[in-house]
Amino acid sequence: MFNRLFRYSSYASSWLVLILLVGIFASLYYYASDAIHQFGFWHFVTDPTWEVGEDDEGGVFGGLIPILGTLLSTAIAMIVAVPLAMGIALFLTEIAHEKLIAPVSVAIELLAAIPSIIYGMWALFFLGPILQHLFGGQSNSLLTAGLVLAIMIIPFMAAITRDAMNTTPAVLKESAYAMGATRFEVVKDVIFPYARRGIIGSVILALGRALGETMAVAFVIGGVFRMPESLTQPTISIPVLLANNFGEAADLELSAMFYLALILFAISFGTISIAKFFFLRKEA
Amino acid sequence: MNRRLLINKTVMVLATGAALIGLAVLFWILGVLLFKGVSSIDWAVLTHDLVNKGLRNVLIGQFVLAGVATLIGVPLGMLAGIYLREYGVNSRFASLIRNLSDVMMSAPSIVIGVFIYGLLVVPHGSYFGWAGAVALGIMMIPIVVSTTDSMLSLVPQELREAGIALGASKAQVITTIVVKAAKVGLITGILLAFARIVGETAPLLFTSANNDYFTLNMNQQFPSLTVSIYQLATFPDQRSIDLAWAGSVILTFLVLFINITTRYIFRQRKIK
Repeated sequence: MFNRLFRYSSYASSWLVLILLVGIFASLYYYASDAIHQFGFWHFVTDPTWEVGEDDEGGVFGGLIPILGTLLSTAIAMIVAVPLAMGIALFLTEIAHEKLIAPVSVAIELLAAIPSIIYGMWALFFLGPILQHLFGGQSNSLLTAGLVLAIMIIPFMAAITRDAMNTTPAVLKESAYAMGATRFEVVKDVIFPYARRGIIGSVILALGRALGETMAVAFVIGGVFRMPESLTQPTISIPVLLANNFGEAADLELSAMFYLALILFAISFGTISIAKFFFLRKEA
Repeated sequence: MNRRLLINKTVMVLATGAALIGLAVLFWILGVLLFKGVSSIDWAVLTHDLVNKGLRNVLIGQFVLAGVATLIGVPLGMLAGIYLREYGVNSRFASLIRNLSDVMMSAPSIVIGVFIYGLLVVPHGSYFGWAGAVALGIMMIPIVVSTTDSMLSLVPQELREAGIALGASKAQVITTIVVKAAKVGLITGILLAFARIVGETAPLLFTSANNDYFTLNMNQQFPSLTVSIYQLATFPDQRSIDLAWAGSVILTFLVLFINITTRYIFRQRKIK
């Protein structure tokens, strides 16, 4: 009796993961359907206007600006984070003295554990003003948002890349060293080809995370509906639009926000799935 | 110098530089928090509620939300993880769920908030505590699934076989032998999952929102530390900004404390 009950309840719980996933897509679609019917797909993602109609009824809502803000801030983050994360992983696997590996690894992992809202606070009061001082423009900007995102995903990316690099058999590396290869050549010609899947997977996974990051960006992207003319101008991203304006929206505007949430979820789900299923697949 | 050696040297210096930058940022952030913590935390922060410019109610509220979320997420996540490791193992279904759960772990937390808004807040008619706790609980499930799955995989197969040889049923073997053998790992996983969700903000913004007053009634808007930090940071007056820093400091050191402690426990255990 207990045996069967336990088996069924654990079986049901594992279904729950799938049910939740389908449930999220279904409920977002359900609430977004008004906006989907009204604006279609291509029109919605290419329209930069976001205006509530007279007397708060209807209105014209297009997702171009938040979608662009999401993609641009993520792009900046990736450009900055990928080389730095690779450098850290390389340092931890091939360069660091044995005694240094553990403390640096722990430090990097602790950096990954800090809640994103803390990064937001730090960026709002410290990083933003410094960037403004250096590059002009505004303190809350696309650039600040991209950089704080980069700082958030670096530890995560570095940790997975390091793990992937560490799987390279020592024999392979030693044979290359014995042939007279330099450390860089060992990394480029032995470790990277061997750990390629894991490294690419970690980069894509970090990309997926950066796309959906809310709080760190919410403090510093500015949150204004404006097409950014330069990197130092404020704009808005999908998660930040949701975080700031979701509570006050109603009717068609609310539906348009659900539509954006659906688009965000689809993009990040797609990205993370590619990373997980093609590059970092877990086998039992 | 030889060109190959030069390239090698350059790359190694750059990589070391990257590690230094990473460390510098960590110390910069921790330094800022320590400095702000010393200047902004006083007794009033811990003894007054948000309405009187303190954080007492929101600190308690955050713990209650994360605690209830743990009560929701841990049993479900552990059962699912047990299924994957003890029943499903290599089956296609188990493999699919294992990987989907990992995908869910990285899903944008704001979307979980939007989902719960549609699922619970709209029918309920207003923001309420349970919605926030459920949103956090959902975020916790995939984390617990993953750690349970990997911790149970460390339990030697012989232990299971010994149990079965003694005539124990599969459920008995799992609950009295396998889970017990993996106890330390499972507790570590739960603590880390708690540390992950206790600092979440986005799933709470429009599920349980915030409350200036002390309450334990989960059917109304519920006080939250993280949501308060977000709101206070943008206020113009210095006391609000100080409060936001005080909250940030308490939150960060709590999260880091849990992380370091669990790491320590786990290492002690490994050394034995």
